[in-house]
Amino acid sequence: MIRMENLTKVFDTPGGDVTAVNNVNMEVPAGEICILLGPSGCGKTTTLKMINGLIPKSAGKIFIDGKDTDTVNPVQLRRNIGYVIQQIGLFPNMTIEDNICVVPDLLGWEKAKSRKRAAELLELVNLVPSAFLKRYPKELSGGQQQRVGVIRALAADPPVLLMDEPFGAIDPINRAVIQDEFLKMQKELKKTIMFVSHDIDEAIKMADKVAIFKDGILEQYSAPDDLLARPTNDFIASFLGQDRTLKRLSLLSVGDVKFGEEYKVHGEGDLANAIGQMKELGHQNIVVTGPQGRARAFLHLNDILGKKGVIEEYRQALPAVANVKEDLKTAVSTMFRHDVSWLACVDDDGFYKGYITQKAISHALSAIYRDEKQNTLR
Amino acid sequence: MDILLFMLDNLSLIGQRTWEHVSIVGVAVGIAILTGVPIGIAITQSKRAADIVLGIASVIVTIPSVALFGLMIPILSIIGQGVGYLPAVIAVLLYSQLPIIRNTYVAITNVDPAMREAAKGLGMTTIQRLMRVEIPLAVPVVMVGVRVAVVMNIGITAIAAYIGAGGLGTFISRGISQTDPRQLITGAIAVSVLAIVADYFLLFIQQKLTPPQSSEKIDG
Amino acid sequence: MRATTSVLLVFAAGIMFSLLLLNNDGLLIQIWINFADDVDFLIRQHIYLVVLSGGLAILIAVPLGVWLSRPYMRKFAEGAMQGLNVGTTVPTLAVLALSMSFLGIGVLPAIFALWIATLLPIVRNTYVGIREVPGFLIEAATGMGMTRTQILLRIELPNALYVIFAGIRTALAINVGTVPLAFLIGAGGLGELIFTGIALDNIEMMLAGAIPVALLAMLVDFIFLQIQTWSISRGVNPLR
Repeated sequence: MIRMENLTKVFDTPGGDVTAVNNVNMEVPAGEICILLGPSGCGKTTTLKMINGLIPKSAGKIFIDGKDTDTVNPVQLRRNIGYVIQQIGLFPNMTIEDNICVVPDLLGWEKAKSRKRAAELLELVNLVPSAFLKRYPKELSGGQQQRVGVIRALAADPPVLLMDEPFGAIDPINRAVIQDEFLKMQKELKKTIMFVSHDIDEAIKMADKVAIFKDGILEQYSAPDDLLARPTNDFIASFLGQDRTLKRLSLLSVGDVKFGEEYKVHGEGDLANAIGQMKELGHQNIVVTGPQGRARAFLHLNDILGKKGVIEEYRQALPAVANVKEDLKTAVSTMFRHDVSWLACVDDDGFYKGYITQKAISHALSAIYRDEKQNTLR
Repeated sequence: MDILLFMLDNLSLIGQRTWEHVSIVGVAVGIAILTGVPIGIAITQSKRAADIVLGIASVIVTIPSVALFGLMIPILSIIGQGVGYLPAVIAVLLYSQLPIIRNTYVAITNVDPAMREAAKGLGMTTIQRLMRVEIPLAVPVVMVGVRVAVVMNIGITAIAAYIGAGGLGTFISRGISQTDPRQLITGAIAVSVLAIVADYFLLFIQQKLTPPQSSEKIDG
Repeated sequence: MRATTSVLLVFAAGIMFSLLLLNNDGLLIQIWINFADDVDFLIRQHIYLVVLSGGLAILIAVPLGVWLSRPYMRKFAEGAMQGLNVGTTVPTLAVLALSMSFLGIGVLPAIFALWIATLLPIVRNTYVGIREVPGFLIEAATGMGMTRTQILLRIELPNALYVIFAGIRTALAINVGTVPLAFLIGAGGLGELIFTGIALDNIEMMLAGAIPVALLAMLVDFIFLQIQTWSISRGVNPLR
């Protein structure tokens, strides 16, 4: 857990005092990722660097796991805080192994233990230890260096991790891959992470909570969905963009909005049954499943109304399906591509899990506002 | 005071020896540019050739000038020029090769590949590319090499006084042999001033030839 | 690759030169017979001058460069570098001459002049090498909890080592090239054979000095090139 109380930084510049961070109060709960977001010069990096004392604070208090950091020697403090910088900062004169073991060595771990740890960490990010331990940073690609930069910060297993635009220097494709890997790692490691970014999409994707800064002031500190749904002022609203509601699509998964798993007909089933179900629901379509329950096709009400026979004759191919693990952004994109207003949902093995409709999606996105209205009415 | 008076009394002699000094360095470095730049360009075509040529040039530079003068005497004696102006010029010429060839080579091989692509894309031939893109971009870097060569060789030419090449080193050699501090210090100061002035002058030219750098990116 | 080429070239040059001289009535053999004792004696003086002045220069220059690179020296250091740059421009013969006019003749003024001439490039390269270590590496090291001394020893010096070694090689080339001149101010060395040979128009005597001087220079450069190549981490060594 990281807690800041009235944290302030005033820089003494030739042009007079500049308040870079102004009376910030916030708390990052243990095991969560907090992303500091804001335009250049908003004080987010200064805030981060005050935590490990790289920039001395002018006023206020910082507590890590309840302990006032002023009472700890800054060198000792830093050895217990993982630190990742934008330029990665692997030491070019050291092998990957030695780079990973920098902090364990500083802490006086036994060589055997720290070297074993280095190999484990490399495996964690899918780099083969035997191939990478003895290499030098210049012999690694940018993405590989980035991974090593992150595991180096984890080497001594610090409870807290500070990251200054850690994925800023890599190309978009690799960045997405590393972000996913990192999230997967975090699920197991449960570190308390403070992370500076200028990329809104990255913040929405990675953060448990987002802190938005402007001119040294903490403007809003909320969960990503909350932030997108309810920006507290015009600056934040415009910073998040006019399309902020659409960005919320990437926060929800298909599984969150899908429904109607029980509404389906078997391929060998009776046409009348299908018509009956559709009428009962008031739906124009119904999904046809295979013998084991995989989504196979669909029936359109107009095609079968007044007809008799087997479902097989009237079924149409599904234009596309949505995986329940996908986010809504992907699902909506699929809908638009195929010009349909609903999609059958399946799991990884293709089993039918329900369906989503455009209406259900917009309903889900506006749910947060409905709750609000109810609250105010009450 | 003595020394100052000596300098004032011998202004014309100082001027004459400075001129001798400058002419040795100037002629030799001039020839070195005419040979070194084409060699530097030529070896960009083959990594092997570059290794060999740069290897030879660096071995030459390691040979102390006194030894080089010595080694040239028996060879140049064959044409009756063992001492004097010619061995001095040849030595300076040889020593100047490394900085000039190396800087030309480095400058041309370091030309931004994107720029080379762009020139190719515009339909330039290899020769056109060299003349219009690579050489203009390389000129400032070659100038750095010329500057290094000139400063180094002003010092070497001073030593050439011992093989009768004249120049400001003559004050020093006479000062030593006659234990005359006036000549000694006059020579030492004059040759130092010459080297420093040449260094700044060539730095000035080098900066004139260097296109202004694009302003650095400001990062949040 | 460059190193092997250089070695081959040195041998090739040596062999060619020997052939040239051997054809000329066995000049090399004549030299050997006439000057072996002189060379033996003078080369010891010569090497003594190189080792003492060069060694002292390295021992003083590296710490000096490190000291100038410390943040609290920043304001002073830029001025000092300007001074050093002017200093390295001064021809070595002038340095010797000035040293002689203040300290007289003999080994001491020679060592002092050689020491100064060798010192400057090493100080400059040490300073530049350390200052060129990117700021973000220092930030990373600080953020990971290294002390200032640990940063200097584990990050700054290892990453600057290649540049520092380049300075040492340049400085030693200047040193070895200047040592023959030390004879002129009474410090002996192989310069005695060269300059006396020139003065007496005695080619054998002159070559007896010039050949070992040239070979010694190449040998010193070769040795330090090997040290530079093999002692510096592969991660920061363009030679490997």
